[in-house]
Amino acid sequence: MTPAYPRVVPCGDSAMSVEFGDKVDADVNQRVIALDHAVREAALPGVVECVPTYRSLLVHVDPLAVGHAKLSLALARLARDAHAGTTRRRRWRVPVVYGGDYGVDLEELAALHGLSPGEVVELHAGSVYRVYMIGFMPGFTYLGGLDSRLATPRRTTPRKSIPGGSVSIGGAQSAIGSIPSPSGWQLIGRTPVRCFHPGRDPVFLFEAGDEITFERVRAARWKRLAARSEAGDVVAVCETG
Amino acid sequence: MTGLRVVDCGTGTTVQDRGRFGLRRFGVSTSGTMDLESAALANALAGNPPETACVEFQMAGGRFVVEDGQATIALSGPDCMLRVGGNSVPDGCSARGEPGDVIEVGPVRSGVFAYLAVGGGFDLPRMMGSLSVHRRSGIGGRALARGDLLPFKAPERGKLSRIEPAAAFAGPIRFVPGPQHDHFEAAALEVLAGNPFFVRPDSDRMAYRLDGPRLLHKAEPNIVSDGVLAGSIQVPGDGIPTVLLRDCQTTGGYPKIATVVSADLGRLAQVAPGGIVRLSSVTLEEAVEAARDSAERLRARIAAVRPVRSEPTTESLLGTNLVDGVTDGR
Repeated sequence: MTPAYPRVVPCGDSAMSVEFGDKVDADVNQRVIALDHAVREAALPGVVECVPTYRSLLVHVDPLAVGHAKLSLALARLARDAHAGTTRRRRWRVPVVYGGDYGVDLEELAALHGLSPGEVVELHAGSVYRVYMIGFMPGFTYLGGLDSRLATPRRTTPRKSIPGGSVSIGGAQSAIGSIPSPSGWQLIGRTPVRCFHPGRDPVFLFEAGDEITFERVRAARWKRLAARSEAGDVVAVCETG
Repeated sequence: MTGLRVVDCGTGTTVQDRGRFGLRRFGVSTSGTMDLESAALANALAGNPPETACVEFQMAGGRFVVEDGQATIALSGPDCMLRVGGNSVPDGCSARGEPGDVIEVGPVRSGVFAYLAVGGGFDLPRMMGSLSVHRRSGIGGRALARGDLLPFKAPERGKLSRIEPAAAFAGPIRFVPGPQHDHFEAAALEVLAGNPFFVRPDSDRMAYRLDGPRLLHKAEPNIVSDGVLAGSIQVPGDGIPTVLLRDCQTTGGYPKIATVVSADLGRLAQVAPGGIVRLSSVTLEEAVEAARDSAERLRARIAAVRPVRSEPTTESLLGTNLVDGVTDGR
């Protein structure tokens, strides 16, 4: 039985989840983002912070400061009015070096799909991605919009640590990593851009709802950009759409 | 520089305050004290507001030396010994640390976490609004290790306090069903509430995994990732209920059968590996009531902290006389 979306589901006394669906879907995600903006604007009492995800908005609340029934109704009302395409979008151009030491799984992944590494790069760099969610690690950026020909299962044995800035594929998604972390995703490239840099303003670059395109660069340029990035430069180019 | 110098401590010893809020949308875990009641009590005994940063001990204790300055020192946690300058400090009492004194915290004998507070708190840089250490991401720094200095913010003598012991709140760990209990066999919630579970050794600040009967999913044990919080009971494909705690990630892809009420997170955190956990199902209204009761109980407990007239030690008398002598001579 499919529940009627959107719906507000309690998560104990300290959070409520507003669900718009149970699938990875750009429209569903856009409604989540629209609700996130609406909740921020409404400044509802007792709301601590919101976390937009693929298909739902998790609203963290202070159980002592919130009226759960009242907030649930207010969220349901805002969710009904949260429509896709009502929010401002940013588009980022993100430099990346594909393959070699920068993307150790590129060749194997290409072979798996009967493509050349160059074709994989063409396909990957030729799409416009949407940031569906930030999660897993600080700044870890989940992307939707991967060409279906590149969808690849995760590795059977996850790696203990992958480099920061890894551009990867896991199932039907792509991602930009932030800091070194364990991962089972397929590594196809690496960006000098830091999604998360504690010494920089802004500390975090991407937000759910942003758009991302990838720009191929050579290793020599990567190194120059990485040095600037380390020093606190954003390096990625942002165009507000 | 005045402060506590680490002589040695367990690998899980970290600085924690209430936690880091407002950044979960960027994937930043809140972290924060695992047992906020114990931390609040240590702070109250040291004369601090309840959410001041403390040193959190995980099972193992540690030793420190007071470098210059003085500090009011208090420890709170289940059955854990504190010695200051070689003298045992009775449970529920703060003590004064003088320069050169060794502060010795024993292992936590009947729980997991203990908290050491100093009067005025530590003068450490906040990272993104908090001193809490999240070891997995490195946000807030790392675990404490030999040679680290925890500088005092107010290196002067404060008042000493004490509190009478109180009976620990007992009863099962309560949960509210959902958000994804419909992903499980109908009996799964009864299995969760009707059987004893045991904290597995692979439990940590991120999550406690519970041994006991496995919980059966109706179908795929994966969902499209959504938000999680401390208290979420997620169940991976192995059917092992996994209660997320303060260091948990911000999103997750396993169905969550239920959510532990906020009032019981500290009690759960204090169940050591191998220890028994009984769970019971409550309504959201009962969970909110539990949060109110728990906050009220903590308020009353903090209000029961009483100042004590300090019994001067030989060292402090000597210190006082020296100072008086200098003053008299002027």
